[in-house]
Amino acid sequence: MNQSLGPAQRTLPGAGIWWETRASLAFVERNLYLVRRYWHLELAFLIFNVASAMSVLYIGEAQMQSGGGTGEGRFDLVLYLGIGTVVWAYLRAVFSNVGEMVAWERWEGTIEYTMMAPISRLAHMLGVSLFSIVYGLIRSALLLGVLALFFSVDLSNANLGGAAVILLVGSISFLGFGIMAAVLPLLFPERGEEMTFVISSILLLVSGVYYPISVLPDWMEPLATISPATYVLEGMRAALLDGTPTMALGPSILPILILGVVTLPIGIAIFGWGERYAKRTGRLKRSG
Amino acid sequence: MVATLERPSPEHRINTETEIGSAIVMSRVIEPAAIVEHVSKVFIQRPLFRRGAVKEVRAVDDVSFAVGRNEIFGILGANGSGKSTLIRMLSTLLIPDSGRVEVFGYDVRRDEAQVKRLINRVSVEASFFKKLSPGENLAYALRLYGRSGPAVRTETYAVLERLGIARDKVSEPLEQLSRGMQQKVAIARALLTSPVLLLLDEPTTGLDPRSKLDVQGFVRELRHGHDATILLCTHDMAEAEALCDRVAILEKGKLVALDTVDGLKRRFGAEMGMRDPSLEEIFIHLTGRSLAEDTEDDNE
Repeated sequence: MNQSLGPAQRTLPGAGIWWETRASLAFVERNLYLVRRYWHLELAFLIFNVASAMSVLYIGEAQMQSGGGTGEGRFDLVLYLGIGTVVWAYLRAVFSNVGEMVAWERWEGTIEYTMMAPISRLAHMLGVSLFSIVYGLIRSALLLGVLALFFSVDLSNANLGGAAVILLVGSISFLGFGIMAAVLPLLFPERGEEMTFVISSILLLVSGVYYPISVLPDWMEPLATISPATYVLEGMRAALLDGTPTMALGPSILPILILGVVTLPIGIAIFGWGERYAKRTGRLKRSG
Repeated sequence: MVATLERPSPEHRINTETEIGSAIVMSRVIEPAAIVEHVSKVFIQRPLFRRGAVKEVRAVDDVSFAVGRNEIFGILGANGSGKSTLIRMLSTLLIPDSGRVEVFGYDVRRDEAQVKRLINRVSVEASFFKKLSPGENLAYALRLYGRSGPAVRTETYAVLERLGIARDKVSEPLEQLSRGMQQKVAIARALLTSPVLLLLDEPTTGLDPRSKLDVQGFVRELRHGHDATILLCTHDMAEAEALCDRVAILEKGKLVALDTVDGLKRRFGAEMGMRDPSLEEIFIHLTGRSLAEDTEDDNE
């Protein structure tokens, strides 16, 4: 008792990459608990996702039947839309989970306790990102499984390995966008969450999820070039529809990689700036 | 006033003179756990996208004090007096506009990561994921402090049980527990992370008398059993008298008194013409209002 606790004398717990990595698992564990407790909401969202995806795919079916397309063409449109819905479900799950890392805690009133904990913000983001990727993959796999029951999908020609590479590389830039979006509820306690919806809606509109970006108005097309989802979808369609080999997927992988390398550090820097701003202006305090 | 004078050590000696109105309060603390020196915090409320008056709230105004190691230091103040703002600055959740805030020699701005490893906080609201159980909430919180595994789980159950939370309640969603029980889980969270500086922001507000006594017992135990220093913001004069070695009184962001309860009684009793004034009477004398009128300090 009563040993001096000055900076030179006290051995502090924590610090170090291994300690931080282990502590970051707190967010994975917590989110798993939340998914279990809110299982009814998860089920409702899954049903909503499946119903929405099936509706889109049936539009494709109807289009082909009324348009009198060939059998092969009909199949392509359904698969084209199917890839769009499943990939978007994954990317949106990653983006939303990361984007909500502050909004959810603000709503629960726990944000100050998480911000006060002796874990670096990088480890915080690592934990949230890890959960988001696993959660997104499981949700998308479930969606894909259900769609496969209703629509005959021939993936015999597909390059599944290449598709997986595209999806994982694409996740990096979506994590970056998600982290940028997560700062909004810090800066705007009452409206920040709504702003994240706006970002994901714009990404959905311009990225060619359900249609080629060539149908967009000229002024909107440049937005597609800075959306990572555009290249993820292009790459996924090339790998799954055309069976393009992984090495030939470079034109899609390279921009995704560049966007990831740019958006992730920018996202982390913006979040750090947002956190300092919130601490200077008192915006961390609970609201809502 | 001298507090916590164990193991005098010249390098840790501080000697602060703070002018408070007409009185000079001497605060000499050896081995300070926390130093707050000429600290100010102003909040500016500026309407976004709209024209309107900019509102400036001076929440903390040039406040200085030092908390001795192993001391229980009380802060009394009405709503909006700056108590919670001070606690947030010590917790690294708010950046002071000016002045110095240190925890065991670490600056809250420069050494934020180190400070976080030394502190924890219990606030007036038990802030948890309400759908999660006490066990799940504590597992999450403890992992953030690098604590996990079966031994920690056993310790968690033991602490909760000692706080009067039965084993069958540990798995129930927290929203189904009473406010008193939720606050005890918050105390358990702080206890299990073994902070050397515990910041308590009205931890017993709204609790029934029994729960209040339980929490106060734990505060004492934390000090003696865990060698913790405790900074306690409270509305409860009896609680302040029972627990605190020294008490600071804040009014509109300014420190208006700082002494032991007996010291305050001696000094202001003479001024008030009373032989043994209560803490409540001293508070009214210094601030012109009663703390009983305030139930929550959530507007700072």
